[in-house]
Amino acid sequence: MYNSNRGRIIQIIIGIVFSLIILQLVSLQIFSSKYVLAANNNAIFRHIIYPDRGIIFDRKKRALLENTISYDLVVIPNEAKGVDTATLCAILKIDKEEYTKRMIEVIVKNSRVKLGIFEPFLSTEVYAQITENLYRLPGFSLSERSIRNYPYNTAAHVLGYVAEVDVKFLEKHEAEGYEMGDYAGMTGLEKQYESVLMGQRGVKRFLRDNKGKIQGPFEKGQFDTVAIAGRNLYTSMDVEVQQLAEKLLQHKIGSVVALNPKTGSVIAMASSPGYNPNLLTGNQRRKTIGRLLTDTARPIYNRAIKGQYPPGSTFKPMGALIALDEGLITPSFGYNCFGLYTSCGDPRKCEHHNAGHAANLQLALANSCNSYFLQVFRMAIDNPKYHNAKLGYLKWKEYVNSFGLGRRLGIDLPSENRASIPDTAQYNKDFGGAKYWNSCFMLTLGIGQDRMTATPLQLANAMAFIANEGYYYTPHFVDSVEEEDDIDKEVLAKYRTKQAVTKIPKEYFDIIKEGMHGVTVFGTAAAVKVPGHEFCAKTGTAQNPHGKNHSLFVCFAPKDDPKIAVAVVVENAGFGATWAGPIAGLVMEKYLNDSLTKESKTKMDYLANVDLMPANIKEWYIKNNKTEMLVPLNYNNDELSDIWDMEMVSEQAPVKLKLDTLKKIDTFQKNKPPAAPTPSKQNNKESAINPVQKKKK
Amino acid sequence: MATTNNNNFSKGTDLAVIALYLIMVAIGVLCIFMVEYNPNLNWSNTVLTAKTNFSKQIYFSIFCAAVAIFILLLDSKVFTAFANLSYAAGILLMLATFVLGKNINGSKSWIPIAGGFNLQPAELCKIFTALFIAKFISKPETDFKKLQSHLIAGAAIALPAILSIMQHEMGLALVYSAFIFAMYREGLPPVILIVLLSFAILVIATLLLEPTVLAIILTVLAGFFIFSMIKRFKRNKRKILIVFAIWGICFGTVRFAVPYIFNHVFECYQSTRIYSMVGKEYDCSQNKKSASASGERHGKKPDDYNVKQSKIAIGSGGFWGRGFLKGTQTRGKYVPEQHTDFIFTSLGEAFGFVGTFIFLGLYLFFLFRLIRIAERQRSTFSRVYAYSVVGIFFFHIAVNISMTVGLFPVVGIPLPLISYGGSSLLTFTVLLFILLRLDADRQMVLR
Repeated sequence: MYNSNRGRIIQIIIGIVFSLIILQLVSLQIFSSKYVLAANNNAIFRHIIYPDRGIIFDRKKRALLENTISYDLVVIPNEAKGVDTATLCAILKIDKEEYTKRMIEVIVKNSRVKLGIFEPFLSTEVYAQITENLYRLPGFSLSERSIRNYPYNTAAHVLGYVAEVDVKFLEKHEAEGYEMGDYAGMTGLEKQYESVLMGQRGVKRFLRDNKGKIQGPFEKGQFDTVAIAGRNLYTSMDVEVQQLAEKLLQHKIGSVVALNPKTGSVIAMASSPGYNPNLLTGNQRRKTIGRLLTDTARPIYNRAIKGQYPPGSTFKPMGALIALDEGLITPSFGYNCFGLYTSCGDPRKCEHHNAGHAANLQLALANSCNSYFLQVFRMAIDNPKYHNAKLGYLKWKEYVNSFGLGRRLGIDLPSENRASIPDTAQYNKDFGGAKYWNSCFMLTLGIGQDRMTATPLQLANAMAFIANEGYYYTPHFVDSVEEEDDIDKEVLAKYRTKQAVTKIPKEYFDIIKEGMHGVTVFGTAAAVKVPGHEFCAKTGTAQNPHGKNHSLFVCFAPKDDPKIAVAVVVENAGFGATWAGPIAGLVMEKYLNDSLTKESKTKMDYLANVDLMPANIKEWYIKNNKTEMLVPLNYNNDELSDIWDMEMVSEQAPVKLKLDTLKKIDTFQKNKPPAAPTPSKQNNKESAINPVQKKKK
Repeated sequence: MATTNNNNFSKGTDLAVIALYLIMVAIGVLCIFMVEYNPNLNWSNTVLTAKTNFSKQIYFSIFCAAVAIFILLLDSKVFTAFANLSYAAGILLMLATFVLGKNINGSKSWIPIAGGFNLQPAELCKIFTALFIAKFISKPETDFKKLQSHLIAGAAIALPAILSIMQHEMGLALVYSAFIFAMYREGLPPVILIVLLSFAILVIATLLLEPTVLAIILTVLAGFFIFSMIKRFKRNKRKILIVFAIWGICFGTVRFAVPYIFNHVFECYQSTRIYSMVGKEYDCSQNKKSASASGERHGKKPDDYNVKQSKIAIGSGGFWGRGFLKGTQTRGKYVPEQHTDFIFTSLGEAFGFVGTFIFLGLYLFFLFRLIRIAERQRSTFSRVYAYSVVGIFFFHIAVNISMTVGLFPVVGIPLPLISYGGSSLLTFTVLLFILLRLDADRQMVLR
């Protein structure tokens, strides 16, 4: 037929066009994976359900922290039409301009069709007003969010805080599924036990249409996961002891650590200055965090595990223990001290002049004779058994380390400091080689000075070690986790095994304990009493490069069946027995007797209100126009009195003190030798070679 | 449906095409259902009340089946007899639209009729034009080798096309170019096809390249052509003038015609769509047309939004598809006009490459079947008409699918037998069943 081959050509043209289309389909549907992603980004809306975080309980199952609901005012800008802005502005105390500004912010952040936060963390009154007027605010709604709440206003350093994760955090924890906007524990137990406390987030997937409206569950919810609530932590902390410790440290810089020597559980851990943990939750956080970060006294810093203090005389029992175990001395070993230690050339001063104050070990401990322990230290270093001073030192260091000093104990808090028991390498460097030094060069290590430092936690732990007569449990807060799984058991296993089981015979510990008991009966801490209990203690007054001596006190009680071991440090306060001692005494009394005697309460009120803030810190506040920081961000005394059912402590409390109490405190102080002026700018290294050491006790 | 016992109406009706027709319409209803699906609706109710598009489409197809039966019952001579008259009526209807017209989606091409339904005369005019062209070419006095015949046929095709453009129906107007198949088959010189193709290439090159670069290329090409055939040109100097003339036309197209069309004939959105096909941005401030007649048809969303979402929908289908009613692009209504012009995306998303491949195979089989039918006609009228039908179907299919996969600028033309819409379904049904009726009498010579 005419032109019939043209039909074929038309078929070919059609075939070519179809082939082109199919090629394009191959490239779209088979070789590009980006379209599936693009489709999911379009249409699948992931809604994350945050489980409640786990709760942390004290030993009497009181919640140290819990969760409360806070409400955010949220808005979909597109639906916010005909809003009664006057009412809203009046409730939120903002003006019209601010309203417009915030609305624009919401639109910029979340677009017009999605929920955005208009005002976070509504206060109770604002919440109530908004709920009443919600019908006047189309497009606005209230969105729940769970925040932390601290019913006892206490233990801020221990518990830590949660905060919104930042980019850095997300990079670090990439595999753990955190997302922008999530909250995570940033410090303290909240950080350490984040994986337990956070639980498991649930994800619900919804289908979203082109206007951002939710159409319904995606794939009937078959990919959704359920939120699993965080598990609770059980600790041996005691809220009341903790509160007492924090109260006693008010207006001071320092730390209190109380351990249960039988388990290693922490009963209380306070660091001052501190802050009320409730000030870092909800809408308080913005106001508080800046102040906390700029304060020169560093209220966020947990001195109990990070503060490095020369232990001073509190080290003496340990020194004696080493000498006893090495067979260098016997309990009856005496040293004829006349107020000076002269064996190393330059005389080292000792405060005691009465003959026989160091006639035996017990007396030397009770009277805290410097000469005696300097001598004992030298004997340990120059021990003929080890041929030279270096090997002798290494042996001595091994002992000290085994007591838990100079190394990280492994408490369940982040960033514990190991403090320092110096290495021989450091002395080799200082003195130009191992040959060039001997026991005289680091003489004051024997009385806990020189380069030796320890954290309050390490000191408390050393007391637990002596109380237990040769072992300790790694200090820890968490005794058990709710529904413990294998991972938790593994984590907690190290807190359930005995550490540092030494072969030091029991009788040596008995001798040390007797000596430390002597301290509390007739020695340096004779004025510190725990009603109804005999206890062992050691005072310390440590020289330091920052000013006045640190006041230290370590102890455990009761003497024969130790239930609590305490270490107290008050920075730049003076004598150990004057400040740290009474604080430790009250903490022990509260824990052992569950209450304080009337007399003790008076003492507590007095101590809580004594201002021992170092002058340089006060000067800083005045110089930097931050005098408001002179008032610590501490504790709510109302709460304390509610729990204890006692008289509220007013600001004038010290004035109100009964006359006889004042007298008692007066005599209590006068019994101690007067404070000798100490050089304020003096560092540890200098003190080691300083010819006249002013050690007193 | 009632078409199953078609054999009784007339012997020789092509059952394969009827079967394909039914499959296509069924697929169409299914696709519209997928687009509309929402788990919260009671589907049996909506079918009865005809409140949803897919149920309306079912009623449309029942109506179309009735029309199809009616056509099969007619005498095939009716079509030749009324070819010219129907064309005249169609043109009149289109003119009437300017008076009676109702504005739907910015296109004033609809005449409202009873029951809330609207009629689009431009759509129906395709059938009438096909009949008219068939009648014209099959006339014994027409010699389709002559330029004069080409021009008459071209004018007959161009008239409804121009009217469509005036109604802002660019897509419908373009469809009239589909008659080139029929004309080519009947003796249109292939040179015209080549010239048209060259022109298309030139236009695309104009969009892609800088005008100066293109001018240099054209000059170099012309120079090369003259140089390579220099001996021939020496013998016949007139031929060298032809080369110069062609060079001049090309240059004029590049420098003046194309910018003029884009800035003065096309509206801003059309120019933008075409530019976006080659990956370029069109500066709307140059467009005089939309500046003068602003507010007529302006998309709210960015102009490549449709194509982007359409490609996402098809691409996310992957090899096997996301499954029936599981496409998120479809469920979330991300593709605008998905039940009409972008219906192919719901199929691509739900059934993937496998689905689209089979679907295209069906269409290809359908078109080849129609060509076979065309070639077996004894009468020129039937053959021309058949090729017109092939051309119209092919043009719709190719342009519609190409635009959803991003091979062609977005023009609003439906996918035959699949897209939602009574007008469109009716047009294709009538087109097809007239062909089947003529084919049943393929041994007759119709005039």
